[in-house]
Amino acid sequence: MGNLSERSARGWAAESRLSSLGRLLIYAILLSFLVLFYFYPLTAILRLSLIPEGRLSLEPLTKLIRTSRYLETLWFTVWQAALSTLLTVLLALPGCYIFARYDFPGKSVIRALTTVPFVLPTMVVSLAFTSLLGPRGLLNVALMQLLRLDQPPLNLQHTVFIILLAHVFYNYTLVLRIVGTYWSNLSPQVEEAARMLGSSRWRAIREVTLPLLIPAIAAAAVLVFIFDFTSFGVVLVLGGPRFATLEVEIYRQTVHYLNLPLAAALSVIQILFTFGLMAVYTRLQATTALPIELRSRRATQRRPQGWRQQLFVVGNLALMVVLLVLPMLALLERSLTLGGGFSLTFYRELFRNPRGSAFYVPPVAAVRNSVGFALATVGLSVVLGIMAASTLDGQATRGGSAQVNSSAVAESHTKLAHSRRPRGWWLLRLRRLLDPVLMLPLGTSAVTLGLGYIVALDEPPLDLRTSPALVVLAHTLVALPFVVRSILPALRSIQPQLREAAAILGASPWSVWREVDLPIMARALVVGAVFAFTVSMGEFGATSLIARPERPTMPVAIFRFLGRPGTVNYGQALAMSTLLMLVCTVGFLMIERFRVGGLEEF
Amino acid sequence: MRPLLELRNLNKSYPDGWTLSDVSLIVERREILGLLGPSGCGKTTLLRLISGLEIADSGTVLVDGEDVTDVAPHRRGFGLMFQEYALFPHKDVFGNVAFGLRMAGLDAGEIAGRVTETLALVGLEGFERRDVNQLSGGERQRVALARSLAPEPKLLMLDEPLGALDRALRERLMDELPAILHRAGVTVISVTHDQEEAFAISDRVALMRSGEVVQIGTPQALYRQPRSTWIARFLGLTNVLNAKIVAVERVRTVVGTLDVKSPGRDGWDVGSEAQLLVRPEAASVSKSGPNRVNLQVTGCSFRGMHWQLDARHKSGVELSFIFSAGVDLPPVGETLALSLNPRALTLLGDKTQA
Repeated sequence: MGNLSERSARGWAAESRLSSLGRLLIYAILLSFLVLFYFYPLTAILRLSLIPEGRLSLEPLTKLIRTSRYLETLWFTVWQAALSTLLTVLLALPGCYIFARYDFPGKSVIRALTTVPFVLPTMVVSLAFTSLLGPRGLLNVALMQLLRLDQPPLNLQHTVFIILLAHVFYNYTLVLRIVGTYWSNLSPQVEEAARMLGSSRWRAIREVTLPLLIPAIAAAAVLVFIFDFTSFGVVLVLGGPRFATLEVEIYRQTVHYLNLPLAAALSVIQILFTFGLMAVYTRLQATTALPIELRSRRATQRRPQGWRQQLFVVGNLALMVVLLVLPMLALLERSLTLGGGFSLTFYRELFRNPRGSAFYVPPVAAVRNSVGFALATVGLSVVLGIMAASTLDGQATRGGSAQVNSSAVAESHTKLAHSRRPRGWWLLRLRRLLDPVLMLPLGTSAVTLGLGYIVALDEPPLDLRTSPALVVLAHTLVALPFVVRSILPALRSIQPQLREAAAILGASPWSVWREVDLPIMARALVVGAVFAFTVSMGEFGATSLIARPERPTMPVAIFRFLGRPGTVNYGQALAMSTLLMLVCTVGFLMIERFRVGGLEEF
Repeated sequence: MRPLLELRNLNKSYPDGWTLSDVSLIVERREILGLLGPSGCGKTTLLRLISGLEIADSGTVLVDGEDVTDVAPHRRGFGLMFQEYALFPHKDVFGNVAFGLRMAGLDAGEIAGRVTETLALVGLEGFERRDVNQLSGGERQRVALARSLAPEPKLLMLDEPLGALDRALRERLMDELPAILHRAGVTVISVTHDQEEAFAISDRVALMRSGEVVQIGTPQALYRQPRSTWIARFLGLTNVLNAKIVAVERVRTVVGTLDVKSPGRDGWDVGSEAQLLVRPEAASVSKSGPNRVNLQVTGCSFRGMHWQLDARHKSGVELSFIFSAGVDLPPVGETLALSLNPRALTLLGDKTQA
């Protein structure tokens, strides 16, 4: 019965869940949101850099390329990203192997723990590394006490090493998730077959397993490269004045030199790079979406045997803890330390307004601002996310299940698609376009987006320059891919028969959505909402440009503290970072608790 | 009185050339109609056309004489039990069974009463608060049945109702299901690819092949007088011989000239060629009865309630028969004298017809 029921399984669900008019309305809302708050600001940047005086001129761009300073910036951006990526992949691969092939106590806890950095704001990570490795950091203080030194022995602050380390910290978990999951789905029998044919364990890995893993490794590497390439907060804080990625340079040109045309020209170069990389990534991701042979975890994993394997596993886990947990602990410890002893001073200072000035708001107001923005972002991105995911879900019923390796099924789906051509095939086209377009903001640098908002949304009819809505809109754009990718797997897991069964039992399309779709994706909605919340809480790149001075968010407040001299200011930055870290970690724990599917979706 | 459901010339085609062509059917009130056919014959498509989940290219669906062809599925008041049941995983047993009642706008008291009643009907008293994900296959099947029965649908459609169950459970439910359905007094269309299931459940069976209904009748009529060689083979009747009608109720075949008491075809067109179906229960061990043939035993297997015997005629023709378990059969290689009951022989349509 297989192919017949497949042929017809999607018929009603796709056709009449929503009236054509309703669907058109949803497209209109989604597209106008993207056009107004994504494409329009980006084109404004293009206009500013390429058509500075009303006519097209490539001069700003060519001048940029001929100026060695900006070439050096580009070169630094590329090589630090490449080196960071290489380091991340090399350090994470043994971890991937362990998670893919071994089963050990506490595995799920450690897996969850390694993912925390993914949701930590860049400001928090920067301060965490300063707390660990900076001149007044935990490591230097300990070494000074131990070796009775007057000067900190390690000078990592404002070097490329600390930037690289922070990038590894950030992206380790991405490689672990993407490659590790792919690896665990790979049958170990392939490798065992190679060993039975006489190759050594190492050779079997090199000649059989690694080649099979290449698509996953490549996809992970490209994604990590994109994140490192557009790195902003980490480089700004940890790199100091000596280092600048394109992203940092755009920020400096905008904020310090008010040279918007130059910033726009730099943005164009950045956009070209990230879009190219994003295209490569989506292509690679499509190939990893087809596991070679899906195996249950139980069949591929075992306890480590013998002291070598145990040492390998324990050693790697120790590395993960040192790399991923230590900086966070250092931040907590430093924020609670004043003059060598335990103190809550920094936290208390957050609530004070020392100058008693009306302009100077107590730092804790930033917490209120951030939570307010985050809640608004959650609301907007969840509504848009539900619309987008429902739209993409319809597409999945055709394109998506063609991945099932059955020609009969694939054939029946083409059949379906054809049979419906006369009726709104262009809607189908539009839908196919929507998926990559929705992912675009993930690959767009936040600073560029912020710059676009400044350039584009400051004149009627869209004068939002002084409106707090600007921050919410920017955060929603950044959060939307996360929300959509959280909801979509849940929505796709709903068998179309459930909707049909509800319809047969008398449920109208709206009742079907309320009674079947909504409750089943409820958990995923929580995940998406929490994702949006943490993204908004931590967003720094766009916010640093568009937030009003009198309405700073937490990351912006942290950055301001860093710009001021004195232990108390620095201490308050630590304290606020710790608060932010706690909020994001709690949010993350909720995500892990409720999520359907994995980070692999990204 | 008008029939409950009437299909008139339903057509549905797909771009790959697959078509459901010109299906017309009548289902009487309180009847259980079985739709039987191999994979891909169009029975599920037909079910979906009736339910409104698919829309026909042309043709009419009439319920109580009223045209419902363009009515949305949720307004038809039908019930459909899906092959894999499609129970709502986020609702408990009560929530599943109550769903249709809630959609019909019944008040809470009525719903509770009706759910209890329906669960009792399918033998699941006290299951209201159970999690549907924790139920056994048989229990899930009953919940699905209760869910479709609860709103008292005009017409209940079952898609492979027993297909997902293990053998022992199937056997039991083949008895229970028709009893439950008759007690509920509902009109039913049941789709299956399994002949035994269709025969056990249905009052009448519609046999489908390649998008067409090829024969409709009671299970007995189908079995005794299949209209074509293809139908006979689909029903597991493999003894088909070329035959020439030599006189009224008399045909000549390679195993001899045989008396035939059931016509199957219209009249006796003496001199014409035909196909003779020899049903497996036709043979008895006898040296004196009518239609005597001698066969060499090539295989003999004991199945508990009956013997399955394979034998070869000297002409090379292979035949299979069933004997009751009490009969003693000779070992492989021996020759056996059999008599073929003329009432268990049927003429089929011509050779080429499907």
